[in-house]
Amino acid sequence: MARFLLARLVQSLVTLLFLSVVIFALARATGDPLTLVLPMVATEEDFANARRELGLDRPLPVQYAKFVGRLLVGDFGTSIRSRRPVNELLAERLPPSLALAGFSMVVSLALAVPLGVLAAARKGTAVDSAAKVVAALGQSLPTFWVGIVLIEVVAGRLQWLPAGGDGTLAHYVLPGFTLGWFVIAGLMRLLRSSMLESLGAEYVTTARAKGATEAAVVWRHALRNALIPVVTFAGVYLAILVTAAIVVETVFAWPGMGRLAYEAITGRDFPVIQAVVLVTAMLVVVVNLAVDLACAWIDPRIRLHGRP
Amino acid sequence: MKRPPVLPALVVAGFVLLALGAELVTPADPYEQSLRARFTPPAWEAGGTRAHPLGTDRLGRDLLARIIFGARVSLAAGVLAVLLAGLVGAAVGLVAGYHRGRLGALLMRVTDATLSFPIILLALVLAVTVGPSFGNVVLAIAVVLWARYARVIHGEVVALMERDFIAQARVTGCSPWRIILVHLFPNTLNTLLVLLSLQIGYVIIVEASLSFLGAGIPPPTPAWGSMVAEGREFVTSAWWVSFFPGLAILLVVLAFNLLGDWLRDTLDPKLRHL
Repeated sequence: MARFLLARLVQSLVTLLFLSVVIFALARATGDPLTLVLPMVATEEDFANARRELGLDRPLPVQYAKFVGRLLVGDFGTSIRSRRPVNELLAERLPPSLALAGFSMVVSLALAVPLGVLAAARKGTAVDSAAKVVAALGQSLPTFWVGIVLIEVVAGRLQWLPAGGDGTLAHYVLPGFTLGWFVIAGLMRLLRSSMLESLGAEYVTTARAKGATEAAVVWRHALRNALIPVVTFAGVYLAILVTAAIVVETVFAWPGMGRLAYEAITGRDFPVIQAVVLVTAMLVVVVNLAVDLACAWIDPRIRLHGRP
Repeated sequence: MKRPPVLPALVVAGFVLLALGAELVTPADPYEQSLRARFTPPAWEAGGTRAHPLGTDRLGRDLLARIIFGARVSLAAGVLAVLLAGLVGAAVGLVAGYHRGRLGALLMRVTDATLSFPIILLALVLAVTVGPSFGNVVLAIAVVLWARYARVIHGEVVALMERDFIAQARVTGCSPWRIILVHLFPNTLNTLLVLLSLQIGYVIIVEASLSFLGAGIPPPTPAWGSMVAEGREFVTSAWWVSFFPGLAILLVVLAFNLLGDWLRDTLDPKLRHL
């Protein structure tokens, strides 16, 4: 187990290092950010001064080394656009994003688990057909369009819920649902197929033979084993949520990391781009690591052979 | 075997024909502006005209014509990005699966690093980095997408390598390239085909999202994502401008996904987790 843990840890670090190089290189390739920051009338001298002030005149490897050195002590530098420390921006934008993603995940699980289980337990019935429609739509609806339609219909015409901004729980409903839609469909599909598999397994027959009620067979014996692939995919779904958050937060004017990423990319704000992408990647890597460890803990085949 | 999905196949075929023959079927020039015809509603609404069946946008351009020409952009981007990613991913997966040593390990580490990356975020950074254009959007999507193919094909190849026919090929003196191209590659084609078909819809959505965020195909070229974005501000007074391009995305992606599902169930049921 210790060996497995160490190997995964090293692998995660290598992934992060690789990403930091890619991000650094890409951010530097986005063109000169100063043309966006300085006024039109700025002279050559103004440019040179600003470049020196922001450290953009140094050789690239030096800039990268300084960048990694600062990262290690948790300093992401200063935003080129707002001239504020990136840490401050992150501290401001991360909590709303996490709150929205958390809300979305809870709603997704609350809807996807019962629907997926029932679809498998009552295969071929109306519940199963409904689940199929949800799954097909979930993977085909463009998030940004769903957001716009929901804002117009639910918030605009019907005036049932607020469209943007955060505050009360009501503010979470529309963006949370828009964000979770894809995950609901994916989780449900995954759970349905793994439930079908475990419902056909021998231990389910054994449970039935012992005289367990149908509810106990489905919700206790089968569901527990069917959840393993769902746990495995948690990291993938997190990455999907983070990705969808860029679009959803932009549409709903949600003051989170997604919108920060969008603003930073369109404004060529290097330090912010780097910080947002790295924090996001770190989040995904950490969750993937946790998921792998959880799976290894649940399933001895993984920790012994490295694969199920 | 499941019933073949006739309706989705027809929808896909319909959109492909529209995209190919856009000039022949379009009711109007998709670029022609007319300030007097701005925000004409669809024909069946009060104030709509037959001349603009789905209405017009902010610049008075015919919406139906733009959606038809937009099909060309969306389908081409989807097909090209998926093919490019599939080609690179399959190559990496085959080589990494054959050379299980350092090279294979290195390739799979890079694959995992790419996989743990939020796809739109990187595509967005890339699209902005290299500048928005059709080719760059396709490239940006492919740069992130290849890793999924590499992962799945790698798994497949690792399993194939244990089989007798590979050992026999080795014993008879086949070169590594011959084994990869002649013995391994054809055996991964089913999987590759299923993956390709399942990913087209996803790629169309990614391209539309990038265009929506302003990092995709630049205006005035009609792309469904940027059309939705253009209509966003006016959604209360002119809902159709955003609604119909989005509906087109939904239809075409849904049709591709249903086709892909059927193909998977028919060719390779063990891939159902994809």
